[in-house]
Amino acid sequence: MLSFFRQVLVVTVKDLRAELRTKEAVNASLAFALVILLMFSFAFDPLEETTREISGGLLWIVFAFAGTLVLNRSFAREQPNDCLDALIAAPISGAALFLGKALANYVLVLAVELIALPVFGIFYGVHWTDQFPELLLVLLLGAWALTVVGTIFSALTVNIRLREVMLPMLTYPILVPALMGAMQLTAGLVNGKPISGDSFSWLKMLIGFDVIFTAVSLVLVETVLVG
Amino acid sequence: MRDKLLVFLGVVAMLLLARDILVIAGFPNEANQGAIFKIIFFHVPVAMAAMLCAAASLIGSVMFLLTRNFKYDALAVSVTEVGLAFLAANLVTGSIWGRVIWGIWWTWDARLTSALVCWLLYAGYLMLRHAIEEPTQRATFAAVFSIFAFIDVPIVIFSIKWWRTQHPQPVFWGGGSIPGDWYLAALLNLLAMVLLGIVLTVVRLRQEEAQREIDSLRRTAHAF
Repeated sequence: MLSFFRQVLVVTVKDLRAELRTKEAVNASLAFALVILLMFSFAFDPLEETTREISGGLLWIVFAFAGTLVLNRSFAREQPNDCLDALIAAPISGAALFLGKALANYVLVLAVELIALPVFGIFYGVHWTDQFPELLLVLLLGAWALTVVGTIFSALTVNIRLREVMLPMLTYPILVPALMGAMQLTAGLVNGKPISGDSFSWLKMLIGFDVIFTAVSLVLVETVLVG
Repeated sequence: MRDKLLVFLGVVAMLLLARDILVIAGFPNEANQGAIFKIIFFHVPVAMAAMLCAAASLIGSVMFLLTRNFKYDALAVSVTEVGLAFLAANLVTGSIWGRVIWGIWWTWDARLTSALVCWLLYAGYLMLRHAIEEPTQRATFAAVFSIFAFIDVPIVIFSIKWWRTQHPQPVFWGGGSIPGDWYLAALLNLLAMVLLGIVLTVVRLRQEEAQREIDSLRRTAHAF
């Protein structure tokens, strides 16, 4: 059992090292997040009170769009030199490979989110620091939902035509419940309402989504990778 | 033999539908909504037929992953396409009803949104299939995605329900006063839809099997 976690860790460290040397996915993702934030300022008056109310939704749209760029690269990076075949042939289980890659993606997606959050706060006058621990919890849970679904679908779409289009096409509809929960919770938190009552059940839903999709992915990943 | 049975089933479905339309046209108009209420005799059965299709597609997908028999893959894709058509019919009839009663074509209500998300999920399934060339990989990946989609559907419905709902409460089987012959008409319409669904699925299934045979013949021809 210990060796399983070591295998996961090796894959995670490998992926992070490869990404930190080129920074291609993270840079693209951050730049993209900034561009969307800019576009939103034209679509909604940034200093209007109503924009504050929908800020949770805006933020998660930015995260979902920018996150997909990171996730898209996760398996695509292994394609040159047939690295993916070598990884699959390696003496580790598909679940370990998947979990390793998912953890690496998680770190990257979270990094993009944590950088985009203050930028969003500055540009849109949102008080994200007031209830930061709760907000961080929502970010952690929402990012994991995005990562786990995105990683398994990244494996699914790695060598098909129109990969860049197919990944968001498949991921976003599946993510609807998780994104909705994260949006509701974030909107409440940045508007000064703590998690309680109604929003607590959104939190439970988000946790449930994470657990279910992690479990299903771990069961099905072997089928996806090996066939 | 199979051909004759298929044609027979198709004819029965058509006759049943024609009969239902005549009978439903003969019903008196509903007190508050008038004639447009009668759209429910189609709106509800197509929704149920679509749900049955989703369940059949899950069974086909799981069976394919277990047995690797392409028959099940063909079943999954055929039944998903038919289900998508049913769900589209459900959305369109609902939209027409909404235009008359609510005055708007669409509202982001719980049921409407979840039906649309389901439609998009299964449309994504078909798009995924189109994008993969290699048959075994196509069947495997599509089956995996179908399982994901099916698991997601209840979560979507359940979570969107937490928003305020504008959709009317269930008319049939929801505890209301509906005349007995109206129930019967709805049930018979459901039967007609299911029969129609079976016929369409089998036709599509044969197409899929013929396509696979053509593909394999082509590959054999290229091998020489």
